[in-house]
Formats: sequence, structure tokens, C-alpha cells
Amino acid sequence: MNDVITNILVCGTGGQGVMTAAEILAQTAITKGFDCKKSEVAGMAQRGGVVTSHVRFGKRVWSPVITPGTADILVAFEVAEGSRWADMLRPGGIAMVNTIRLVPPVVSMGLFKYPDDPVAQMRAAGVTVYDFDAGAIARELGDLKLVNTIMLGAIADFLPFPATELEEQIVGRFRERKPAMVEVNQKAFEAGRAAARARASADQQLAANS
Amino acid sequence: MSAAVKAKPQSRLLLSGNDAIARGVWEAGAKVAAAYPGTPSTEILESLSQYPDLYAEWSVNEKVALEVAIGGSMSGARSFCAMKHVGLNVASDAFMTITVAGVVGGLVIAVADDVGMSSSQNEQDSRFWGRFGHVPLLEPADSQEAYEMAKYAFELSEAYNTPVILRLTTRVCHVKAVVQVGERAAHDITGFKSDARRWVMTPANAKGRLPDQIAREGKLQALAEVSPLNVLEPGSDRRVGFVTSGPAYMHVRESFPDAPVLKLGFSYPVPMALVEKLAAQVDHLVVAEETEPLLEHDIKAAGLLTIHGKDLLPRLGELTPNVLIPAIKTFLGEPIPPTSTYPKFDPFPRPPTMCAACPHMGVYYSLARMRKKVQISGDIGCYTLGAGHPWNALDTTISMGASMGIALGMDKARSEETKDKAVVAVIGDSTFLHMGMQGMLDIVYNRGNVTTLILDNRTTGMTGGQNHAGTGKGLKGDDAPRVDFVKLVEALGVAPERIRKIDPYQLPVVFKTIKQEIETPGPSVIITDRPCVLSEFYHKIEPYRVVDEDCTGCGNCINVGCPAITVKRSESKLRPDGKTNELKFTTIDTAMCTGCHMCVESCGPKAIVLAKPVAVAE
Repeated sequence: MNDVITNILVCGTGGQGVMTAAEILAQTAITKGFDCKKSEVAGMAQRGGVVTSHVRFGKRVWSPVITPGTADILVAFEVAEGSRWADMLRPGGIAMVNTIRLVPPVVSMGLFKYPDDPVAQMRAAGVTVYDFDAGAIARELGDLKLVNTIMLGAIADFLPFPATELEEQIVGRFRERKPAMVEVNQKAFEAGRAAARARASADQQLAANS
Repeated sequence: MSAAVKAKPQSRLLLSGNDAIARGVWEAGAKVAAAYPGTPSTEILESLSQYPDLYAEWSVNEKVALEVAIGGSMSGARSFCAMKHVGLNVASDAFMTITVAGVVGGLVIAVADDVGMSSSQNEQDSRFWGRFGHVPLLEPADSQEAYEMAKYAFELSEAYNTPVILRLTTRVCHVKAVVQVGERAAHDITGFKSDARRWVMTPANAKGRLPDQIAREGKLQALAEVSPLNVLEPGSDRRVGFVTSGPAYMHVRESFPDAPVLKLGFSYPVPMALVEKLAAQVDHLVVAEETEPLLEHDIKAAGLLTIHGKDLLPRLGELTPNVLIPAIKTFLGEPIPPTSTYPKFDPFPRPPTMCAACPHMGVYYSLARMRKKVQISGDIGCYTLGAGHPWNALDTTISMGASMGIALGMDKARSEETKDKAVVAVIGDSTFLHMGMQGMLDIVYNRGNVTTLILDNRTTGMTGGQNHAGTGKGLKGDDAPRVDFVKLVEALGVAPERIRKIDPYQLPVVFKTIKQEIETPGPSVIITDRPCVLSEFYHKIEPYRVVDEDCTGCGNCINVGCPAITVKRSESKLRPDGKTNELKFTTIDTAMCTGCHMCVESCGPKAIVLAKPVAVAE
């Protein structure tokens, strides 16, 4: 094992499953023999606030928090939250973004404005963004809760361990408690992977054409 | 259930600091554990309650929790209590004397500081209590250490006849890290033995023990010098050496991997010889501690006057790498490495909101309607959110249970301008039982003109829904006697006709009842009776929707503050008098709506109707 530390920042809003996704990543890392720390400041977050979870793993992890500018992967469960935490990425890091727009009451009441296109903002700043509608895929598969598995599937090819290890960590949870959910989670995981790949090739196409 | 509860000895688990402490306490053979919930410490007792062969309780407040643990210790049981930083303020009266009396069974007090202030009213440094009470203080830096130190703390307590403080911060409590667990040791309860000179702290008896307390501190200092919890780690870059403790150690190691570091796990009394040894090896010594300069002052007081600390580092918040690196590089005259490549977008805030159908909203909706006529003294809990948008109906929040005492003070200190204003106190059920009852008694005793709203939602909401003496359930969800708030306040002396129990969902009733009570002199109490929507007692009913054609855009329903109601379309309308009305047409997220119907009651044109037969799924 080399000394490289992998830093993943998962973000979203209260109740979206941010902490569960981070937990699954952390569990996979320790199964692979990595040292791992997972950190979040939730506090009042369950009341609709911003939620972030820092996952760090490698040979030996010291600080439990990701220093701004050093995240390898940003997993955003909500698009504006993705832009909020984009500065956490290292140069060349990637942002995996669910394009759902969750508008808080302070915005709907007109006190603040929701940015028109947070993904465009991020791209304009040079961030590598893979954006797709995880909610639409989840609905197609019949359960909105699958967003979590879809997002994990989407980053599975960017991790320092095989995608199957992460998939097993997710599916293993269901095998014991809800065996009926195993197959649909496998599908969701693969759909997430496919969505990220599709985004990547679309971007390459775009780059080639321009 | 915490994965640690069933974990076999030697297994390697990803545990939060709180779960790790619980495992350590259990393995140490503790038999009594008590706490009052408080972020970030709450999960320690929740986790501990799942282990066998140990008595665990939610106490009514932290002082009682400590007293229960003291009673356990006096009886020879290894005993434990946990609280957040401000909890030890409440428990301090008992604490400051048990430090004199000492222990029989090991007595460990875990106190969790909210460094960075994610969920507290202040950011105090609990390490002060080690110095104040002349007791040893252990500071874990991660879950593994939290587990090990929790276990060791009982041995230390018994060996030196002293309570031990386990000082935690949010970055220990809520960070998950790898822990290797062990086995439980047997520690039988020896039983209480009368010994007045030992336990009856009259001046004569206590006076006799004070010299022992001071002598004990000296012995503990000698122990700290050789404790394996204090490690002098060599480093190749000797320009700056760090003295550090707790999670700050992890940040220092991350930021300056080659620097010599004195890592203090047993951080009070300060092992001064170790500090001097480090000082002799390095050009500059920097103390990196969260949050107050306590080590720094102790080290300076011992004669090392040229050390650095809070002259370079902030006195508030966490000492994360992005704080440490620029500060130390600047000190060394080196360029500060660039941090983020990408800009920081700050799209909009997402302040915490009350939950859809939260019964507190009915109260704040009504208070907001009479805002100009009332001063509103608030308290600590979810209902503190009443200070925010759209209600803006809370004037004060200071400490647990303070709403009533402060309301009484406001009542007794009126100006020409405020003489006709009503004074209202707002407090939750758990907080009322924690420290509120005394304030209520004071209002009655001193004939205050205060109307107290007890928002009984049958849970300790803000910390995630813990049971208390008013829920009818114990820590493990078992049945427990349930306090009767009406009888309780009547017993405190509130006239029976001035105690009103209402349904907070009935907005006209809420408004009318508050109005009647504030307009009548003398103490009165209004108890709202609806369970927290996140509790087991809450049952969701049919959701509602807005009929677009009937919505006039008046915006009344928005003022309820429910997050399920959002503005769909805004419009400015010119009135005949030349002014403009800002119209806000709304919609209800039927998936979020639980059918409380508060918004229905706020809607003049009756545009809010049951969502059926429109499909719920969207």
C-alpha cells in the first residue's frame, strides 16, 4: 500500500442519505485494509440543512477532515450543494453531481436566488463535472431511495479498489435484511456506472468537436 | 444497534468516538451510567444502554446524572456519566465537591465540547474543569484512543481516588474511525459502606480532605510525566515543535509530518518535564490546543516564556490544517501554499427549518401575529428556531431552562415603553423538566406576570428524539412513569384556571388562548399537546394540496413556516390606492405533507383541500 490518501466529500441536504453513502464508502475502505476516517458535522442538519460527510482513507489517516483543495471526488446529491463545495476539489478532481434542484423555503419566498445553472458555473470555473439525473434513473427502477446506490455506482470507476467491492458492500447490506432489494440495487449500481461513463464520453465528444 | 455491542474481542470496526467510548466503558466493567442528551455526546448513553449487565438511564439533567454516577461510585460500582460541555456547568456543584470526597468505584465523567459550534449556545473549553477541580483530564484524539482512554480512566480513578474527566470534542464524538475492541473485565459492586468523614462533606470533614486533594494533584503530575498517553514524537524538521492534544494532534500531524510533537493524551496535570524536553530540541515551541490557551498558560507559568500559542493560532474553532498551515508558514516567513484551485460558490443559505407539521409552528404563527405586544423569552430546543424566518418570534436564548427566570426579570424591569407589553416564556417539555421547573416556581412565588408556553411534544427533539420523564418511556424504550404537566405546574402554585392545555394544530384556539392569558395578570401556563412528527407517537394522515384557481396569493399559509409549502409564482399587483401588493401563489409538496391542517386554518379563501383523489406519488 502506498502513502496516497483518497479524499471523498459527499454532500447534499438533510434526509438525502449522504451519511449512509459515506458510511458505505468507509466500510468498503476498511474491508480493503485501509485506515479510514469519516467525519461529519450534522448537528441541526436533519432539519433541512446542509449535510457534508468527509471520507478519507489510505495507509494512515491523520486529520478526519478534508483540507479545501484536496478532495479527489465530490459526490453531490443536490446540484447547488455541488457548487457550494466545489472549492474542496483538488486540481483534476471530479464532481459527480445529481442534477436534482431542492429549493429551500428561503429561496421560494424570494429572499435568496437559486443559481440558474450550478453545473455551468462549475464547468466555467474549470471543474470536471459529471452530471446526470439520478432521480430519473431511480424512478425508472421504481424507488427514489435508490439514488444513494446510483450515486455510489457513478463514482465506482474512480476509486482505488474494484467497483465490485463497493457493489458488494451495498448489496451485502440488503442480502441479510431485504433480499428482495438485492437485484434492484445491483441494477441501480450498474445504471449509475453507466450514467457516469455516458457523461464522460459525451464530454469527450464535446471537447473533440470544439 | 451499534455494531460494537455484538463485536467479538479483537474485532476491527469502524466506530464513532461515542460508540467507542461506550464499548470502553462497558469493557471496564462499569455498572452504572447516566446522562442527559446533548450534542455531540448523546449517542454515548444510547449505545451504552444496549450492552448487558449495566444500569443506564436518561437523567432529568446533567447534575442528577453526575449524582447518580456518584452514588454508584460510592457504592463501589464503576460508574460513568456523559454530557455536553454546558452540561458540566449544570453538574458543577456536585462535581466540585466529589473532587474533594473522591471515589470507591472508578468515576468517569465524559464531557463533549462543541468546538466549531455546530449545535450549541457557546464554545467553552471543558479542560478548565480539570484545573478547577484538581482532577486528571484525558483527551482522546480519535475513536481508538477514546475507547482505550475510557477503559483506562476507571483504573486511574480508583488508583488515585479521584473522578476523571474524559474530554471530548465533536471531532472525536462524531468521527468514525477504525477501532480494535477487547473483552469485558469483571468489577463486582462492593456495596455502600457508611463513613461520615468520607461522604458527609460538612466543613470539618471536607477541610480534612483538602490537603489530600492538593497532594493528589502533585502525584498525578508525576504520573503524567511517565504516562504512555503522553508521547514525545521525534521529527526531522526542528524549526517548530508542537505541544498538542485531542483532535488538534491529528491536524498537526497532517499539516507538519516532520515536526517533533509532544502529544498529550493525559493533558492535565501538564507533564512539564516532557514539555521542557521538547523545548530543548526545537527552535520554537508552539502550543496547538482547542480552544483556550490553557496548556500555554501553564507552560508559561512554569517559566517557558518564549513559547507560542494563541499569538499565532486562533482562540476559537477547530485547528484544522487550513488554519494551522498558513499560521505556521507565516510565522516561519515562508510562502503560504495555495489551497483551492476552484472558486467558492456561495449559492444561498439552507438554514435549518422546522419539520413539516411540527406542532411548534402553530405557536410561533400565533406569537408572530401579536409580536408587537409581547416580549418572548425562549429556551433551548427545536423551538429556538422560532427566532428565524418567517416567525421572528423569539427574543432570547441563553441557557437550558432560562426562559422563565429571564421572563420574570423582564417583567420586573419595565420601561415606559415596555410597561404594557406581555411577557411570554417558551420552553419544551424536556427542557422544562431539566431546569425549567425552578424558574416556574420563582414566577409563582414572586407573583410574576408571565405566561409560560410549555411546548410538550413528548420527546427531546433537537438531539434526535430521546425519552425523558415526560414521555412515559425510559432510555431503552421501556415503560416508565410519565409526569403529568398539568398537575406538576399546579403543584408549583399556578392557579388551576390559569393552566390551559391546547392542541397547537388548532390555530384559532392557540391564538385566542395566548391572547386571553397574556391579557390577564398573574402567572399562567399554556401546555401544547402534540407529539414531535419524528417521534413514535406521531401518525401521519391525509396530505393537502393548493387549488390554484382558489389561491389569491395572500401568503398567509407561508407564515405558518411549513417546509412543505413553497412559493410557486410571485406577482406584483397594483392596488386602487396606488400601492402594490406582493402576491405569492403557493403549492404544497404532498409527499412531505402529513395532514396537520395548520395551513388550512390559515387560508382565508379555503384554497387548501385534501390532496385526494390526486395521486400522492409525484
